[in-house]
Amino acid sequence: MGLNLVVLVKQVPDTANITGDAMKEDGTVNRAALPAIFNPEDLHALEAALTVKDQYPDTKVNVLTMGPPPAIQVLKESLYRGADFVALISDRRFAAADTLATSYALKCAIEKIGNVDMVFCGRQAIDGDTAQVGPQTAEKLGINQITCVSEINSIDTSAKKVDATRSIEGGFEEVRSGFPVLLTFTDEGYIPRPPSAIKMLAYKNASTDVSSEAFDESYLDGESGVNTNLALWDIEAINADVESCGLSGSPTKVKKIQSVVLTAGDIKMVDNTQGAIAEMVHDLIADHTIG
Amino acid sequence: MENFLTDNEDILFHLKHIDLDDIITLKENNFAEKDIFPHAPKDIEDCKDSYEKILGLIGEIAGEYMAPVAAEVDEEGVKLVDGEVIYAEGTQMALDMLAKADLMGLANPRKYGGLNCPVTLMSMAGEIMSRADGSFLNFGLQQDISETVNKFGSEEQKERIIPMLARGEETSSMILTEPDAGSDLQAVALRAHQAEDGKWYLNGVKRFITNGNGKIALVLARSEEGSKGAGGLSFFLYERDEHMTIRRIENKLGIHGSPTCELQFNNAPCELVGQRRRGLTKYTMWLMNSARLMVSGQATGIAEAAYREAYKYATERIQFGKPIIEFPPVYEMLTEMKIAVEASRTLLYETSKFVDLKECYEHISETQPERAKEVKAEMKKYTRLANLFTPMTKLFNTEAANRVTYDGIQIHGGTGYMKEFNAERHYRDARITNIYEGTSQLQVVAAIGGITSGTASRFIEDFIENSDFSHCPELLKQVEKAKLNFEKTLIKIKETADQDVVTYHSRRLVEMATDIVVALLFMRDAKHEERKMKVAETFIAKMVTRVEMNMNFIVGEESTLLKNYQDIIG
Repeated sequence: MGLNLVVLVKQVPDTANITGDAMKEDGTVNRAALPAIFNPEDLHALEAALTVKDQYPDTKVNVLTMGPPPAIQVLKESLYRGADFVALISDRRFAAADTLATSYALKCAIEKIGNVDMVFCGRQAIDGDTAQVGPQTAEKLGINQITCVSEINSIDTSAKKVDATRSIEGGFEEVRSGFPVLLTFTDEGYIPRPPSAIKMLAYKNASTDVSSEAFDESYLDGESGVNTNLALWDIEAINADVESCGLSGSPTKVKKIQSVVLTAGDIKMVDNTQGAIAEMVHDLIADHTIG
Repeated sequence: MENFLTDNEDILFHLKHIDLDDIITLKENNFAEKDIFPHAPKDIEDCKDSYEKILGLIGEIAGEYMAPVAAEVDEEGVKLVDGEVIYAEGTQMALDMLAKADLMGLANPRKYGGLNCPVTLMSMAGEIMSRADGSFLNFGLQQDISETVNKFGSEEQKERIIPMLARGEETSSMILTEPDAGSDLQAVALRAHQAEDGKWYLNGVKRFITNGNGKIALVLARSEEGSKGAGGLSFFLYERDEHMTIRRIENKLGIHGSPTCELQFNNAPCELVGQRRRGLTKYTMWLMNSARLMVSGQATGIAEAAYREAYKYATERIQFGKPIIEFPPVYEMLTEMKIAVEASRTLLYETSKFVDLKECYEHISETQPERAKEVKAEMKKYTRLANLFTPMTKLFNTEAANRVTYDGIQIHGGTGYMKEFNAERHYRDARITNIYEGTSQLQVVAAIGGITSGTASRFIEDFIENSDFSHCPELLKQVEKAKLNFEKTLIKIKETADQDVVTYHSRRLVEMATDIVVALLFMRDAKHEERKMKVAETFIAKMVTRVEMNMNFIVGEESTLLKNYQDIIG
């Protein structure tokens, strides 16, 4: 029996490849200076969903992202890997959304898809690192959530429940939940599959006219019908309340950003043994860090 | 993200400037499939973009996943457990990745699940993957096997075999060599007999079989009882079952990730491919030529990896107060290595284009008989060129890879001799490339006909006549001088009645022609880039002297070695 899955993904600046001009003077990220990539943990969430589809081929994998038009790239990447349907939630009125407004919009989009068994997302995005959007979306949907999942162990489609392993400090925890449920994934349990060359060539022209300046929807008009599984949803399309979106729906106000330069020279790893800890304490006393 | 396409400026240079328009138009049959398959290109530009995307994906898999585990694959090697080959973890991971990426059918027609890419793209792809792991042979092998089935198999065989190989569900092998039939494949003795029910069965032993554990195999066997020589050999499609056992796997110097198997066939059922008695002369030769091109790409990839390691080390290693790259003997070695890699690459791509054009015209001739006459001249031209350039490239690129990897260790000094660095692995992996799929000595045998018959001379003449070398008139003068010396040598050789003398000088003649060809290709490439002009200048400076030296030796020397060798070695 097939399942109806939603994967939430995000296009992020590649903070792993920081260059000198990666940060603006005001301490915010200079997005133009960094390549845009598929948020790494979201790729693991997508892989988890596609693995479920491998097991239950009738499963439908829907991928959603909220962002400006260029974010369509992560949707195309999802199609290249085997997603069945993707939608770009994009509207100027979503601009400046914090995690609350974002999770509200995503909740509306998930409800538009309807009858969803499981929602998969990465634990956190490498640009904001809040790890809030997944849990908030689950709360707004009023469904269970299992966070920090490393791997899905089993799925019972008739009883509609999932067993997953959570990655927790110092070990692992096995959790069971009924459907619908939202799971957030770490990067530990799956190796994301590469794009399929065949799908990549089929979908590569799906957004030829996308530009971040002109918000032109014409790029969604497929010539050969290959784009019918690619949608653009604005505020009206997902039946969202305008006041709860974008800046007006975002109570988070950034008061000040401070650029902190760490002065520590390097990190020293200490084994978890009595001897090693004693030695560390001895060193810390010796250089007057403590005592 | 490591990507072995996007970080390789020379491959990008070729991708930008290589003229594939004719090949694309022919290969895509005027884009006839654009309304049938969503992934088929709609025009030339779309097709080129697809090629670049495909190579980008291969570059990502190679750089991000294969290269980081190549040393572990080498260390772990392959195992034979209960009669079954177990790949190293990294090899299996690469196979799984390429299957998921739908890349194992790169060369196959779309109707069988492939991407319909030309040989030129396969050469690029093979090179990129071999840079990551020189022992990963399954990719190239799979294309060669499936394309052989595509060219010579029955429609039923194609429909059954190619999709499973294109999807990467199974691996494959070509089973040719035997204990007493290595270079001399005419001596193949493995017996194929047809039973009363009309089915064929294999009996006997095969040795040194790369990926002999593969599910799908093409086997060269003696179908005509009591026969001797090539005329008694036929080609068979064998799907692995319990009637074949893997007796052992070889413990090799290099390419540890690749299983080299000894196989015992015990009444193993198989199917005839194509016509009887054409096994060696037609089908194996076609397959071997494809494989020779893949090995040329493999050698180029390993050489590229070795150069990069050596360059990095030379810039970081401080001796006598400065990085060793600043010392003339070191930068000379590095420059020669880089030129050798770029020469191998430009020659490989040129050769691949000839093979593509030959295949396209052959395909038209076979499938559209009404056009056979129209394409006959082109088909003959590119068949001649492919037959000459394939062994020439195999000889040049694999020997170059051996030199480059040798110097790669030299630049590392004692460190390069140690297992901690990749230099020694590259050296070991490169060593097989000028042996298998025909030794360098056999490549000379395959190429010399094209030299003495005038194919090489005509190519050189036509190339000069049809190219605009106004950007490098001085270089043209030098190459024309080398060409004259080559022609003088050819005249002398043609006047020689003693066949032993001709054979004795064959390699030198092939190398003279290759030297001039590479010079011309560099000059053409130099039109697009100032740096390439420097490459051309530097290559030609030594090339002219080399060709002259070879001429002096062949024309002026009395084959002293031939007179004395028996007294010296007994």
